Amino acid sequence: MNKSTLANAFLALIKRDLTLAFRHRAELFNPFLFFILVVTLFPLATGAESKLLQTIAPAIIWVAALLASMLSLDAIFRSDFEDGSLELLLLNSHPTSVLVLAKVLAHWLITGLPLVLIAPFLALFLGLDQEVITLLVITLLLGTPVLSFIGAVAMALTVGLKRGGILLSLLVLPLYVPVLIFATNAIEMASSGLPVTAQLWILSSLLLLSITLTPWPTAAALKLSLS
Amino acid sequence: MMSLEVRDLCCIRDDRTLFKELSFEISSGQMLLIEGNNGSGKTSLLRILSGIRLPEAGTVNWIKTIDNKKHSASVHQQDGFMGDMGFLGHLDGNKLDLTVTENINFALSLSSANDEPAIDEVLERVDLSLFDDVLVSNLSAGQRRRLALARLILSGTALWIMDEPFTALDKHGIKVIEKEFLKHLDNGGMIAMTTHHSISFKDEYTVRLNLSS
Repeated sequence: MNKSTLANAFLALIKRDLTLAFRHRAELFNPFLFFILVVTLFPLATGAESKLLQTIAPAIIWVAALLASMLSLDAIFRSDFEDGSLELLLLNSHPTSVLVLAKVLAHWLITGLPLVLIAPFLALFLGLDQEVITLLVITLLLGTPVLSFIGAVAMALTVGLKRGGILLSLLVLPLYVPVLIFATNAIEMASSGLPVTAQLWILSSLLLLSITLTPWPTAAALKLSLS
Repeated sequence: MMSLEVRDLCCIRDDRTLFKELSFEISSGQMLLIEGNNGSGKTSLLRILSGIRLPEAGTVNWIKTIDNKKHSASVHQQDGFMGDMGFLGHLDGNKLDLTVTENINFALSLSSANDEPAIDEVLERVDLSLFDDVLVSNLSAGQRRRLALARLILSGTALWIMDEPFTALDKHGIKVIEKEFLKHLDNGGMIAMTTHHSISFKDEYTVRLNLSS
């Protein structure tokens, strides 16, 4: 029943993290609520000028999503580090990088996917057009996993520190900027009727690169944090 | 037959030499008891043995004899060793928001145990059989420690590396766990641990190592 193949370990880890998240719903809700609050406060602050709001709406949503995902980074490894189960994850016969991939994937399902799902409704609320909303969702779908994967490296590096919060944002923000630029640029181009394939390809390649390249440094950094 | 061979180990922490030129060997059926004052490097040594931490100098080799052929590899190069080793640090490594059974099932899905694990039987042995559906956050500290040890027993690993395994256990709990240790040693297992509790095993089982002297 418990044959320990790598695939089994991978799935068991995702299942464990989803169960834990489900039993900790309040904590899970924080970044999500933050995202909704930021986006809904903007129209109140800028006034009812729909032209202005329409131009900056994609940027608002993207910046809010970026900050929300940064807020949620602490949850990736912090609790595992504090209760000692991180040692369990590192000290077994499976490659740590694959288990790291499972952890980050679970983290994105818990914190990234809800943002992607709620974004079209918020976009509608900000008065965006149908096509722009579709593109916004595509860029979020491609971009938010990249944020989780990059964040995991920085989080693994700082998890052993008592107050790693500021260091974490310093490490992570410069790496987040390309994602933000290409995603918002794609939406801007699309609103003026220009082709956006280039930006989408770049976002896709960023996603593939982060899936394939970040698990190794994350695994190495976790080991460093434990020793 | 398996053995753990340590040669000329040296550990430096914050410019302080904790120990140097440390050499010893333990093989199947033996227990290494690491003694020493606070801050003498017991935990650091355990972390080096388990492969988490790199030593400043020296080697730790895991030697396995399969079909009369010796296979030797450094524990810091992973190959094969991690599957033979179970680690229990000073933290229990249990997830507080999972039940006892969920914790065990997850640990088993990571371990390389081949036989059908006898979860119920082991829980019975560590006096946790009545708590299998209880969230770990509702257990006492001693019960959590026993759950961590149950995980170790079920992992089916040959070498157990433990940091103060008797913490938070009551007298009865200590007796139960000592019995498990003896059983593990009789089955050809190995143990390396630190403890402040005086262990009453016979000398033929134990290799003592004092880091303070």
